[in-house]
Amino acid sequence: MKPETLNKKLIMSFKDKLLTSYIALEDYLEFDSPIHDVRNKAIKIFEEKGFPTKKEEAWKYTSLNKLLKQDYSIISNKENNVEWKKVRPYFLHEIDTYKIVFIDGVYSSFLSETTHDDVDVCLMSAALTKSKFKPVIETYFNKIAKKDGITSLNTAFTKDGAYINIPAHKEVQKPIEIINFSTGSEAAMFLQPRNLIVVGENAHVQIIERHQSLSENKVLTNSVTEIFAEKRAYVDYYKIQNDTDTSSLIDNTYISQEHQSICHVHTFAFGGDLVRNNLNFYQKGERCDSTLKGVTILEGNQHVDHNTLVHHTAPNCESHQDYKGIFAESSTGVFNGKILVDKIAQKIDAFQQNNNILIDDKATINAKPQLEIFADDVKCSHGCTIGQFDEDALFYLRSRGIGVKESQALLMYAFANTVLESVKIPELKMRINKLIANKIGVSLGFEL
Amino acid sequence: MKYTEDDLKKELETKEYEYGFFTDIESDTFPVGLDEDVVRAISKRKEEPEWMTEWRLEAFRYWQTMEEPEWANVNYEKPDFQSISYYSAPTNKPKYGSLDEVDPELLDTFKKLGISIEEQKRLTGVAVDVVIDSVSVATSFKKSLNEMGIIFCSISEAIKEHPELVKKYIGTVVPPRDNFYAALNSAVFSDGSFCYIPKGVRCPMELSTYFRINQGGTGQFERTLLIADEGSYVSYLEGCTAPSRDENQLHAAVVELIAMDDAEIKYSTVQNWYPGNKEGKGGVFNFVTKRGICEKNAKISWTQVETGSAVTWKYPSCILKGDNSIGEFYSVAVTNNFQQADTGTKMIHVGKNTRSTIISKGISAGNSQNSYRGLVKIMPGADKARNFSECDSLLMGNKCGAHTFPYIEVKNKTAMVEHEATTSKIGEDQIFYCNQRGISTEKAIALIVNGFSKDVLNKLPMEFAVEAQKLLEISLEGSVG
Repeated sequence: MKPETLNKKLIMSFKDKLLTSYIALEDYLEFDSPIHDVRNKAIKIFEEKGFPTKKEEAWKYTSLNKLLKQDYSIISNKENNVEWKKVRPYFLHEIDTYKIVFIDGVYSSFLSETTHDDVDVCLMSAALTKSKFKPVIETYFNKIAKKDGITSLNTAFTKDGAYINIPAHKEVQKPIEIINFSTGSEAAMFLQPRNLIVVGENAHVQIIERHQSLSENKVLTNSVTEIFAEKRAYVDYYKIQNDTDTSSLIDNTYISQEHQSICHVHTFAFGGDLVRNNLNFYQKGERCDSTLKGVTILEGNQHVDHNTLVHHTAPNCESHQDYKGIFAESSTGVFNGKILVDKIAQKIDAFQQNNNILIDDKATINAKPQLEIFADDVKCSHGCTIGQFDEDALFYLRSRGIGVKESQALLMYAFANTVLESVKIPELKMRINKLIANKIGVSLGFEL
Repeated sequence: MKYTEDDLKKELETKEYEYGFFTDIESDTFPVGLDEDVVRAISKRKEEPEWMTEWRLEAFRYWQTMEEPEWANVNYEKPDFQSISYYSAPTNKPKYGSLDEVDPELLDTFKKLGISIEEQKRLTGVAVDVVIDSVSVATSFKKSLNEMGIIFCSISEAIKEHPELVKKYIGTVVPPRDNFYAALNSAVFSDGSFCYIPKGVRCPMELSTYFRINQGGTGQFERTLLIADEGSYVSYLEGCTAPSRDENQLHAAVVELIAMDDAEIKYSTVQNWYPGNKEGKGGVFNFVTKRGICEKNAKISWTQVETGSAVTWKYPSCILKGDNSIGEFYSVAVTNNFQQADTGTKMIHVGKNTRSTIISKGISAGNSQNSYRGLVKIMPGADKARNFSECDSLLMGNKCGAHTFPYIEVKNKTAMVEHEATTSKIGEDQIFYCNQRGISTEKAIALIVNGFSKDVLNKLPMEFAVEAQKLLEISLEGSVG
């Protein structure tokens, strides 16, 4: 058999396996009928559309073929415990936080710290079954998630994830951490967490999301998060992607913003084999403010694809995008950013910036910053650069006795600083600085 | 009485396409439809050698297996390729010794277009290879060019008289299998221009060709092949206007440029084909494949002013194959009413120290859609490649759209690539400033648009720059209010 047809067969078999498992899952789960309908519809969409291929414009530079050839186990019910000592470094343990922790897709009550005082920080599975959450689920669940193949697959397999509901005028006192661990109990694991976050009027919340594999076994995560920011709500969301080289992540985040809400998403992509971030903002009310920032530092054969969309449907809004990438060895970076401005969305100020540095000969960057504008009274711009370290700056530092590696590291910090400086949790900022230092293998001996 | 913007709007809505007239020249037109026999017949009619017929047939056979692409950001009713006549040539076709022998009706057409041949000859020193409905009718200044060894003739003549050159280069830059429309063009191209500049020769005048679609229902399939041998220089102008017609007309041209070591080609286009009426009915479909290849130290510069056509779909590209080669692309695209344009460029950096510059200005008004789509690709071997891209869009009114789709693919760490794009409208303060100084709003807009497009217009040869400025004004009149 030709390798191509073999590939196709393997991918097909994974799809078939998912479709069969779905039937088994449906018999096992006890959800309300509306949820059943949503899921049944979703699996049909997935059956029809399947996994995206490179032929689709949005997936032009990222192929999932390599990942889909694995024989993943799809549903795991075993509660695998891990020692606190082993996973402690992955928590922001310097400060007190709420924690929603999953191990191999199963909720770990031992590691978590949830609440129902004033605010709901709990489990998706609980929210989907208990009647008191019903109105919220009915209003928000699967309302803004795209109906594409990969998101529908997640919707169909909705089992668990984080459920956060902040009522109006409440400020969550401590950050919320959502962490998905995988222990490697199976040779290859396919995880599909589903999160729903509703932030009421005037409410404030800070969330940190992380996916972490604890073994060398293969993991593929297809995560979907829906965030609703009501009037004047404030959402500060951080994604830390520093997983092992054997884990891959497809992250789909959908954010809907109402009047005067503010929403910041920071993505720090340092690890993982293949990472695809689909980050979608829908501005539905006037005077919204959206910020999308990211730092990507890659090496080896890593591949990270940032696919962003900011859809302005209301006037007088702002959006800011700032993505920095540093690519070493034979890593590949993709930036595909899109700003869409509707006819009625006048007086929009949309800005998009993407700067990249290629360090090694085999590194590749593919950028596609797009503007689609239908309103005339707008200020939209984007800038994209690809370059190297400034020789003069390097020379300046070296002439003052700083080594090559350290000089480069300093310049890298400076390069990434516009993103780092807007991280609002000091401990998290320090943590990210350390991650960057580890990633580039230098210690500068001072905090930035 | 005060002449208000409303008056102007009314006037413009009722204004017919200025160059819309139809010259009644007896045309020798093929029946509609396309199959191998038609391709053979075209080839035979043009008295082409066997290899050319085969080349066309191969392209045709491949074309049959292809599907019309749909990825562009344009909407239109697809042409029915079986309802187009693939050959149309004026019947009175003797080789004229002097202009007096030319069909007076034809000369009249040129006068209306403002390209009286005598005028051109005497005043501007431009050699005009006039293409009317696919067949070259008059070639001027041929003699003086011949003395320098420059070959400038129609491509059908070149196939007969310089088969070795045509055979060697045709399809090397745009292969017949390149894309759907290039394949179609390769199969049925009716005529076009051929130009060869020998080693070290600097072409003393701007070579120029005017296209125009005359016979109703005829597709226009031009083929241009331009070869600049080592160390030579040529500046080539292409200008177009077409008469008013209701049904959509298809134009699928192929332009191939070859710049050998140290050569320089400057290719300028002013395109003002019939854009359809204000309801978006009619107009020309302009699906063109233009590409140039640069050898060592060579330079290709594309300059275009696009104001016409109902649907434009074109990407003049440069393959920077040789070390130190340079590619440039300067474009102004104006869309009004229901026009749609998806245009841009591709810069493929293969050689070391290659440089490219892209300046694209899009202006959309009325209900039009204007897209920039460009690719900058730095191959692994293209050390120290440098690219600068700037795409600015200007929107007038809230019914139009401006889109930017840049693709940047870099596989070399020493590359420097910069891309920036902005979208804005004409500032009220700018207009107010002009009004204050006694400049009417309409004039102020023309002034601002000219300023906005200055970077590109400056790159045009003198006589084109004047025409282009006027075209911009005409295209945008009445679009603001």
